[in-house]
Amino acid sequence: MNPLASGFWPLALSLQGIPSDTFYTGPPHFRWWIVLYFFVGGISGGALLVASLLRLFGAREDTHFIRLGVYISFIGCVISAILLVVDLGVPLRFWHMLVQDNTGRPMFKWWSPMSVGAWGLLVFGFFSFLGTVRALWDDRRLTWSTLEFLERPTTTVFGAVGGIIGGLFLAGYTGVLLSVTNRPIWADSEWLGLLFLLSGISTSVAALFLVSRWRGIRVPSTEERLGQFDRIALILEFVVLVIFIVSLGSVAKAFLNAWGILLLLGVVGVGIVMPLRMGREAAHNVATASILVLFGGFVLRVVVLLGSEQIHVVGAQVIR
Amino acid sequence: MGARPLPILGEARAVMAQATANTVEPMGFFTDTTVCIGCKACEVACKEWNQLPARGDGGAHLEMSGLSYDNTVRLDGTTWRHVKFIEQFPEPYNGRWLMMSDVCKHCVQAPCLEVCPTGAIIRTEFDTVVIQSDTCNGCRDCIAACPFGVIDINHVSGTAQKCTLCYDRTSVGLEPACSKACPTDSIQFGPISELQQRAQRRVEQLQAQGESKAQLYGADRNGPLGGLNAFFLLVDEPEAYGLPRNPKLPTRNLAKSSMLSTLGAVAMTAIGALTLRAKRLVAVAREKQT
Repeated sequence: MNPLASGFWPLALSLQGIPSDTFYTGPPHFRWWIVLYFFVGGISGGALLVASLLRLFGAREDTHFIRLGVYISFIGCVISAILLVVDLGVPLRFWHMLVQDNTGRPMFKWWSPMSVGAWGLLVFGFFSFLGTVRALWDDRRLTWSTLEFLERPTTTVFGAVGGIIGGLFLAGYTGVLLSVTNRPIWADSEWLGLLFLLSGISTSVAALFLVSRWRGIRVPSTEERLGQFDRIALILEFVVLVIFIVSLGSVAKAFLNAWGILLLLGVVGVGIVMPLRMGREAAHNVATASILVLFGGFVLRVVVLLGSEQIHVVGAQVIR
Repeated sequence: MGARPLPILGEARAVMAQATANTVEPMGFFTDTTVCIGCKACEVACKEWNQLPARGDGGAHLEMSGLSYDNTVRLDGTTWRHVKFIEQFPEPYNGRWLMMSDVCKHCVQAPCLEVCPTGAIIRTEFDTVVIQSDTCNGCRDCIAACPFGVIDINHVSGTAQKCTLCYDRTSVGLEPACSKACPTDSIQFGPISELQQRAQRRVEQLQAQGESKAQLYGADRNGPLGGLNAFFLLVDEPEAYGLPRNPKLPTRNLAKSSMLSTLGAVAMTAIGALTLRAKRLVAVAREKQT
């Protein structure tokens, strides 16, 4: 097959007219497993953040949402780890990210976001697990007396502070990882980390609302406060998305295709503007608005990842 | 035919341990594109020596790309040498082909080595950059980091692969397969300092003959990435050959991107603490009463 005829609405450019040096690089094949990981990881990180904030600053009636938050974060963490391992070219060597295979010493590079991310996911998993055990203890589904220490204030604060830091890290580091490459779009802006962080928070609150509706949990006071937090996250996400596009400069022309339309309609229109306009005051709007936010968060990752993946040099031309 | 693991890489660690004690002068390639005739002997020699399949999927036959005489199209996990054919024909009977045998640049400051999270990518005693196939787990971070689009996954091994500058040959005093096979000496192998002097003399010669755009790409040790151990003589702008004018390290974005995310994280924690705190309940209840 002629490579010039492949791709998603491809457009051949002369190499002379390329807006950034990043366009000469090769795509790393970060496709659906990674799209799913970025989406699920964002929700997982945001859910533990929200649950931990509620644990530290919330009220007794927030317990239901705290439990939901840690359950979502833990399930998300397990799914994230599976997605990452499956995506590797040699999945059984996943541990090479953490341990040097020849010396047995820890493998850690603070300047490599993927290396830091592997350790970050491990630490996040610990706090997510700790929160989940605490929630199961609170639910009296675990009754071992040795777990009583989980109710101590120091343990509670330790778990919540760790959950906040770990949740923020997992939701945001994926964008930093993309920026620390040489790929078009990703490396042409430093705002992706913050954008993914805000998107992770908004999608995690949406997931919390959706699961709470599914489980028949209604706590109006908690929902009102969560709704307000979500609105702020969505508005900030929109602002940072605009800054991200502007910061791309002439590289933003890479979105003058179907990906750009998807970004405008799917992310901004469906994922941000519509849920903000709908609000969550009316009970029936909650589930719909949550689904829209989740859709927008997913499409954001699809557009950012696959929009860049599409760009590659073939012979003496760039395809985008 | 599948790509077997490189013979040297299974024993790479022992060799590397020995090598650190016996560091030699930096070695590399000087590719003079003006004498490349597009014969692709380098591509064939590379595939033969490294036992790489003709196609990325392991197939034996290449399909026609329709791109000049170029059917391998790009460097990837199974094509470690690639001859580019750049057609510059402003009119049907007035033009030229630029031919260039492309390869891993073995950067002095290597972006792939910088980001590799497993430590699979190492620098040899020759100052070249090698991926240890038995350590690599195929995460592909190096592919996104390479500013030249050199690295790709070898779908047979599942790991990232690229030119090793024939480490198995050079470590026993042999010339890399591609430069050995090159019939016009377009690809020259040797100590970098010697190659630089030879390249500079060739540029001056070409400029004296009227080739005003003759220039070296990657030879400057004070230039981008600290210079390239595989550098080129070009007769047009780097972009014409599909080379970035100013290749950069990926970590250039690390500080700013991390700082923005951290500031955002602190702000969202503060906003979360304010909006989610229980005291708000009292105010909400009061508002509803009034």
